[in-house]
Parts: sequence; C-alpha cells; structure tokens
Amino acid sequence: MQITMTVNGVSHTRDVEARLLLIHFLRDELGLTGSHWGCDTSNCGACVVWLDETPVKSCTVLAVMADGHRVRTVEDLARGGRLDPVQQGFAECHGLQCGFCTPGMMMTARWLLDHHPDPAPAEIREALSGQLCRCTGYENIVRSVQWAGQHGAGQHGAGEPAED
Amino acid sequence: MQVPAYVEYEKATSVAHALALLERFGPEARILAGGHSLIPMMKLRLAQPETLIDINGLSELSYLTVTGGELRIGALTRHAQLLDSAGAARHFTILHDAEQVIADPVVRNWGTVGGSLCQADPSEDLSAAFAALKATMVIAHPGGTRTVPARDFHTGPYETVVGPAEILTEIRITIRPGGGSAYEKVGRRAGDWPVGAAGSALWLEDSGPAGGEPAGTIADAGIGLTAVGAPHFSAAGAEDFLRGAPATEESFARAGELAAASCRPVSDQRGPADYKRHLACELTIRSLRRALARARCAGGGAPGGAPRDEG
Repeated sequence: MQITMTVNGVSHTRDVEARLLLIHFLRDELGLTGSHWGCDTSNCGACVVWLDETPVKSCTVLAVMADGHRVRTVEDLARGGRLDPVQQGFAECHGLQCGFCTPGMMMTARWLLDHHPDPAPAEIREALSGQLCRCTGYENIVRSVQWAGQHGAGQHGAGEPAED
Repeated sequence: MQVPAYVEYEKATSVAHALALLERFGPEARILAGGHSLIPMMKLRLAQPETLIDINGLSELSYLTVTGGELRIGALTRHAQLLDSAGAARHFTILHDAEQVIADPVVRNWGTVGGSLCQADPSEDLSAAFAALKATMVIAHPGGTRTVPARDFHTGPYETVVGPAEILTEIRITIRPGGGSAYEKVGRRAGDWPVGAAGSALWLEDSGPAGGEPAGTIADAGIGLTAVGAPHFSAAGAEDFLRGAPATEESFARAGELAAASCRPVSDQRGPADYKRHLACELTIRSLRRALARARCAGGGAPGGAPRDEG
C-alpha cells in the first residue's frame, strides 16, 4: 500500500507491504541508517525513533502505522552543522564505545531533556531503562545526558521540525 | 531477521468502521492497537492474522475520565498516559504502581491498556490490577455494547471473551469511599515480566476518628495475582476471608496464605513453583499493607503512601 510520512521534516511517499517494520523502512527505503536494528524483540532500544512527539521502538511498529505521521531519527539531532547538546554530551563524557546503542539512547535522552531539562541520575536511568548498552556499564551514558542537561540541552523545542 | 508474514492491512476510521471491517474479514482478522504484543508474536509466527485492522487513529478510544462515580479508561489509552494520570493515581493507586513496572518507558509510550488486556498474557500486570479493582470491561459489537466483569474477561492464556466481531472499548472502575490500593511485583530485571505479582484493593467501613488509629473493619477487598496461575487473576477465598475482618497484620497474613493456596504456579525460567507460591503470599501481604495505608490516608486519617496530586 502507499504510505506518506514526514521523516526529519521531509515528506516521503512509498509503496510498501503492510508487514514492513518502520526500522526497515527508515534504513532500507530511505537510507537513514543512523537508527540501528538490534534485538528485533523490542528489548534493546537501538531502533528508538520519535513517532510524532514520542520515542518508540521502531522494530515493533509497522511502517504503515506511521502513515500520515511525523518521524524523527538520530540524523535530525544535529542542526546547521552543530551537534545537539546530547551528541556533545556523549562525546564529552565517553558515552559510547561501539556505538551500536547510541542512536536510540540519544533519541530517548533528547525526549527526556525536552520534558525534564535537568534530570537527576535516577530519572535518566529510569528513562533509559528499556535500552541496552553492552559496553559502557551505563555510567558514562548517564553522565552524558547530565552533561547535555547542564549545557543548554533545552535549546531545541520538543518535536520542532528541522528549520535551520 | 524477524519479520511478520504477509498480512493485509486496513485502517479503521471509527469504532463502527472497525467493527464492519472485522465482520468483513472474519475471524482471521486482528485488531492492531499499539502492536507491542501482537507484532512480536507475528514475527515468531505465534500469531498469523490474515488482516490487521489498525485502530491507532481512533482518538475516540483514547481517554481517561472520572465521571458518574467511575474512572473510565479508553481501550486505546497508552500505558504512559495511564501512568501519568493524576486522576487514576488518586483514585486507584494500584494502576500507577502497576504501570511503573510494565515493560519500559519507551514500550509504555506506544503499548495500550486495551491491547495488553486483549493479548491476555498470563504474566500481564493490568489483568490482576483490574481484577483487584473489580473493574468492568465494555465490549462493542455491531448491535451495540455489552459489559463483562474483569474477572470473567479471560477464558484462558491468550484468550478472552471478546468475539471475532467485537472490540474492547473501555474499562470502568467504580469509585467507592474508604478505598486504597497497591501493586507489588518481583521481576528479575527492569522491564521484565514478573516472577510473580499481587495487587490489593481495600475498602474500609470506618477509617476511624481523626487522630485515632483504630484498625478499621474491611468492608470489601479485592486481590489480583499475576503470573502465579491464579483463577481469574484473583484470590476469591482470601477476599471472602477479609470481608468483615479487622484490617490487621494477622488478617493480612491469613489472606496471604489463602491467596497462595489458591494459586497453581508452574516452574519456568523465571523461578520454581514453590518460590512463586511464596511470592503470591508475601506480595499479597505487602500490597494489603500499602493499600491499607492509602485507604487511611484517603479517609483523612494517618498519613500513608498515597499520592496527593490533583488532576
């Protein structure tokens, strides 16, 4: 069936099978390979993207369910050549090693900081509790998100479309 | 790579339209809400519907209202919305407790209350919470609606009374005075299904004079049990014992024993049956304790653990 969705501010129309998962639509149809396809069982969270204003696990959403909606992926974090504070935080605080979980971690962190600009470590851990990292032990991820909170992470409004 | 098998897809534009689509496509059609139970099962071929009828556009099924002495929850309400509802937390704190430990925050963003109930996984938390609260399920069919007690909603693992051309539309819970409720879950790790869980609702006959600390008499009690093989996700014998009993530690201990005795847990990768039976007892006691504290708090007595937020 034909679907149209706005991904990172750009409208895309494609003919897809109903069984196509959103993560595969983003990666294979649109070439947006920043979102990672991990466990396939909605456990790991590497595939987290925003559906409208909400982080979802895109391995457990059909592309057709996003028809008529807006999707935001990790490719939309940096604006005008400037990294989002969340990305800067991950760089400053060594929030990644292999980087596989990082896109999902950052998309959930972005959402958290839009709603709670200066979260406590416990709030960060709770927000990220549905996402797995097998490298860092999470300490540095929590520090990265805290760093972002303390360095202007609220500068992008929640769900703002790309407008550089 | 796990992907669902070929499936047809229809987008419903109203409840009536969804019912018409169900009639048209027959018993091999399935309602698609959040999909966070159904899509994983489709990937594993444990579910293989011919047609998906997507109801995510039906905003008419997404609401939380307190009206006519009832809390009404639309079936398409996302778990995160129920968790964030101050009204639900104030009247039925058990729902707030349960939602905090259902899956993880990102799954809760998209998974729905009605979807969880209709999936009818024996380890699903809300079935026990609604059983404890003696909720009522509203089911729409082509001729109108019918209501079913929460305890009669499930006919077995992954099976409910919702027929092929029917949709669960709403959950209703009567707000009664003197009530308090709580949910206690033991899981192996964040976001996991429970090893065992119990939820309790207590309604006191008399919360006692202000400043006093009488035990109070239990007017009514509801006990829900998750993942421990409890008939109808509940513990009717323990509830019968508590009705009219004093709200004391001794009563709760006996209720815990009765609840555990009524369970038929099975040993699996989450734990042995005897441990699960132990959990049924202990978690029933703990949830009764917290429910009592909240009932007293709501009744204007001693401070308990209940949230006091408005909304």
